[in-house]
Amino acid sequence: MINSQNIVARSATTLPAPHVRDDVVEVAKLIDVSKCIGCKACQVACMEWNDLRDEVGECHGVYDNPMDLTADSWTVMRFNEVETDFVGGEDVSKEKELSWLIRKDGCMHCAEPGCLEACPAPGAIVKYANGIVDFDSNNCIGCGYCITGCPFNIPRISEKDSKSYKCTLCSDRVNVGLEPACVKACPTNCIEFGSKKDMLARADKRVNDLKERGYEQAGIYDPAGVGGTHVMYVLHHSDEPGLYSGLAKDPRISPVVGAWKGITKPIMSAILGITAFAGFFHYITKGPKEEPTDEEVFGEDDDHHRVSREEEHRS
Amino acid sequence: MTNHWVDIRNANMILSMGGNSAEAHPVGFRWVTEAIEHNKAKLICIDPRYTRTCAVADYKAFIRTGTDITFLGGLIHYLITTDQIQREYVLHYTDASLLVREDYGFEDGIFTGYNPDNHSYDDKSSWMYELGDDGYALRDMSLQHPRCVYQLMREHYSRYDIDTVSSICGMPREHIEHIWSEIGKMAVPHQTMTILYALGWTQHSIGSQIIRTAAMVQLLLGNMGMPGGGINALRGHSNIQGLTDLGLLSQLLPGYMSLANAKEQDYSAYIQKRAKQPILEGEVSYWKNYEKFHVSLMKSWFGDAATEDNNWCFDWLPKLSKPLYDVLDTFERMHKGELTGYFCQGFNPLASFPNRQKVTEGLSRLKYLVVMDPLNTETSEFWKNYGEYNDVDSSQIQTEVIRLPTTCFAEDDGSITNSARWLQWHWAAAQGPGEARPDTRIMGELFIRIRDLYREEGGVFPDPILNLDWDYDIPEAPSSEELAQEYNGRALVDLTDDNGNVTRRAGELLSSFSEMTADGRTASGCWIFSGAWTQDGNQMARRDNSDPYGTGNTLGWAWAWPANRRVLYNRASADTQGRPWGKEKAFVWWSSEQGRWVGADIPDFPVTSDPALGQGPFIMQPEGVGHFFAGQSMVDGPFPEHYEPFESPIDNNPLHPNNPLAKNNPAGRIYDEDRKALGTREEFPHAATTYRLTEHFHFWTKHARLNAVVQPEQFVEISHQLAEEVGVVAGDWVRVSSNRGFIKAVAVVTKRMQPLRIGDRDVHHVGIPIHWGFTGVAKKGYLINALTPVVGDANTQTPEYKSFIVKVEKA
Repeated sequence: MINSQNIVARSATTLPAPHVRDDVVEVAKLIDVSKCIGCKACQVACMEWNDLRDEVGECHGVYDNPMDLTADSWTVMRFNEVETDFVGGEDVSKEKELSWLIRKDGCMHCAEPGCLEACPAPGAIVKYANGIVDFDSNNCIGCGYCITGCPFNIPRISEKDSKSYKCTLCSDRVNVGLEPACVKACPTNCIEFGSKKDMLARADKRVNDLKERGYEQAGIYDPAGVGGTHVMYVLHHSDEPGLYSGLAKDPRISPVVGAWKGITKPIMSAILGITAFAGFFHYITKGPKEEPTDEEVFGEDDDHHRVSREEEHRS
Repeated sequence: MTNHWVDIRNANMILSMGGNSAEAHPVGFRWVTEAIEHNKAKLICIDPRYTRTCAVADYKAFIRTGTDITFLGGLIHYLITTDQIQREYVLHYTDASLLVREDYGFEDGIFTGYNPDNHSYDDKSSWMYELGDDGYALRDMSLQHPRCVYQLMREHYSRYDIDTVSSICGMPREHIEHIWSEIGKMAVPHQTMTILYALGWTQHSIGSQIIRTAAMVQLLLGNMGMPGGGINALRGHSNIQGLTDLGLLSQLLPGYMSLANAKEQDYSAYIQKRAKQPILEGEVSYWKNYEKFHVSLMKSWFGDAATEDNNWCFDWLPKLSKPLYDVLDTFERMHKGELTGYFCQGFNPLASFPNRQKVTEGLSRLKYLVVMDPLNTETSEFWKNYGEYNDVDSSQIQTEVIRLPTTCFAEDDGSITNSARWLQWHWAAAQGPGEARPDTRIMGELFIRIRDLYREEGGVFPDPILNLDWDYDIPEAPSSEELAQEYNGRALVDLTDDNGNVTRRAGELLSSFSEMTADGRTASGCWIFSGAWTQDGNQMARRDNSDPYGTGNTLGWAWAWPANRRVLYNRASADTQGRPWGKEKAFVWWSSEQGRWVGADIPDFPVTSDPALGQGPFIMQPEGVGHFFAGQSMVDGPFPEHYEPFESPIDNNPLHPNNPLAKNNPAGRIYDEDRKALGTREEFPHAATTYRLTEHFHFWTKHARLNAVVQPEQFVEISHQLAEEVGVVAGDWVRVSSNRGFIKAVAVVTKRMQPLRIGDRDVHHVGIPIHWGFTGVAKKGYLINALTPVVGDANTQTPEYKSFIVKVEKA
């Protein structure tokens, strides 16, 4: 893991985070759905930059492909045909108008990441000062708790190595001052990248333009339920995000995750043991979607291992 | 494109029709989104399907495939009857006021001069202006004369009323009205609409006339030569513009000069016919310089062997014994067993050419087939059985196939000419793999060997081969730099001005085609490319994107033909006094202080021609004005008329229901055998159209894993209603057949396809993406050209891939 000084939150740990880079500017990716043509250049750029090669699949009777996020496809376009009110000026036909709503799906990089909250593996999920939520695959134990914790159903566990994967917001590129690969590849500039402040200002302009074109419900998707996100959308129908292939209207971290964290995590963190984890997670990799019970998660006390693992990371 | 990609951002309205610009040109489409976001532009998308372009459009409408002339002809009728035209522009910059000959006529779908036995207009003499005693065309500036072009046009399109349009196109009246009224707003001088089209217009038997209709709309709106205006072909291949520029068509020479036909054996008559003189007094008529370009070409090809005494080797040029020796003709002859061998360079005809069965049979009758390509194409394996995907009996095919692997564009230095006529130099990014060689090296070695054979053994007509100027450092491998300088051209002796001062030393590169002479002192391989590589170096390699006027016109970025001009006819962006039509659209204007035309672009006009002289802005035309009336330049009529596709889902042409001769383009290109292969709507009731998907590029990218991942398997698109009729749901397999073959594919069942009401019945469309085949890493699929008919556009011979009929069944 590079630039550990940037890590402001870390899964399953009570150690205080470094604060030397607290003044780092928060970043955001803005996806203007109204300008997206669904070309999938972002999908291809993502696979290219991250050296991923998903399987050559099949056509399922829709334009979507792959059909869902996978451990090798960290972003996918989702296409949805809906009938909405005619907005092109005067309503000449008095009919509903067909819209083809195309949304690039992937990690939202929540300010309050449910995956990180839920993750029991120390340091497998981190949040950087710039807002990016990243997975440190070395530490991932493949339990699938991040999936449960995610209000957007994003992470996927690989069948190859039983580890969880998702969009990194190209943290490696951003770290050296480059935009994420999908932003670089987007031909219509519907994906943009910059400081969250700048992106919100951009989004405001776009929303105003859409309102002038008759989309009265145009708005920014930056849901408060997860503390806001570092991937935001401009939507023509922000009152109905569900139209965009089931985008959550009011995403929140599952109360189960919240309760688990609030009550048990401090205790658990103190007593978690790497040895136990190793044995236990070897077992659960057979069925990563199965959620282990609390009793299974709580391992034997082995403070020594935990500490030495921390040291290993600091070095 | 008359304009260029970046210029799209200057538009106030964008009509995307006859193409799916977002899908097929996603990178260029960024200028559409720029116009939408930064210029408050509205996007209109008209297509048989709801496309990716429609997904971001302000207005969209379905249209039956092949009926675009009806929609645009109706728009002409609407603009004229509601007086939403740019009147001053129409009066001064078009042929509206010119009078047409008295014997010109149009009756029940047929123009004067038609010979039904030949399916052609053998006598086009009446398609001409009425000339006065001085040889110039007569005109009526009041536009009231019944035979002035404006009145003839008004009358011609008076039949295209909104009910007729609605019933032929299958578009509800209210959608038509709404879109026409939006477009009508662009008739004001300070607003422009750009039109983006692609193969959705060209690939019809009436393709050229569809595009002409669109150009007529733009003339009525005063949008030609304007920033954010024009008529813009989005080319389907990254270098197809360069192909036509260099004349790689059987009847053309480089730079849109033309070969002589067999009757034209006399050199001066050949030149005279092409060196067009003005037919309005004082006009520029730039083609009058034809001989300068022609002689320079001959000097470039034949060097010292081309002299005035031998008419610059005119006798060595082939003369066409029939109009065309193009790909339609070649495969017809191949099918008849008349060809021995075929060189197939950068072309995959088994996949790309209509009626795949005919192609297979033709290739099987060759003695040898040479395929030059970076990829393992279907054509190179046409003889190999791939089950249902290529069901041939290899033991019955004796053709010897030789594959010569070539490098691809990323492995060569050279220039690529984009849709905007920009020649952009690029540098090899990698070495070609294995035995791959540049095409030029293969052709170079081939030429040397052929020449050696002629030298050693003689031949029937060795002169043009033995005398071809072949002065390259390595004769077997001409370099891109040498070839580029060759097409730019050089002075062969010192050039002097009228006072005898030397303006160009012998051996120096020319700065422009204006330096060319008709007396053999200059050489140039392609006159329109002259200026691309001058004494100042390789202009195509320039990468200065400064934009001093904020118009997106970056004259220091690469180089555009002609003369680095970015917007054609740009003189028309100023009024008759030479002032911009509106300050928002200031582009090129007359500076009386400087006594010259100035502005953001290289003026497409004699740079010191005072507006008071009144020269017209369309300097390539002998009248100096834009054409509503095409005269004799089109083979199928001076005004575009709607004709049904050769395979139509309806019984007659609703505009001429009682004239079977006028059902389809009366001058369309079709051979007798191919006519027999047309189907009937009773057997094949569904209208079909083929197209490209953004995830793929033609038949190439199915060889690339990432493209295959994002669009892995062949599909066709049908409406929910049609799916219900044939009993399938999304994801089921369907069989699509025409009178020529069949394919099987997954059904994408979508609201984006709708049955259209044509006359008294519903017509279903079937959308057929083209990209799959039996080689590559994507899922194997059927070559869709098993379905398409061998029918060509009357003017360009482009096959009618966009409109034919099929039957859809559950597989």
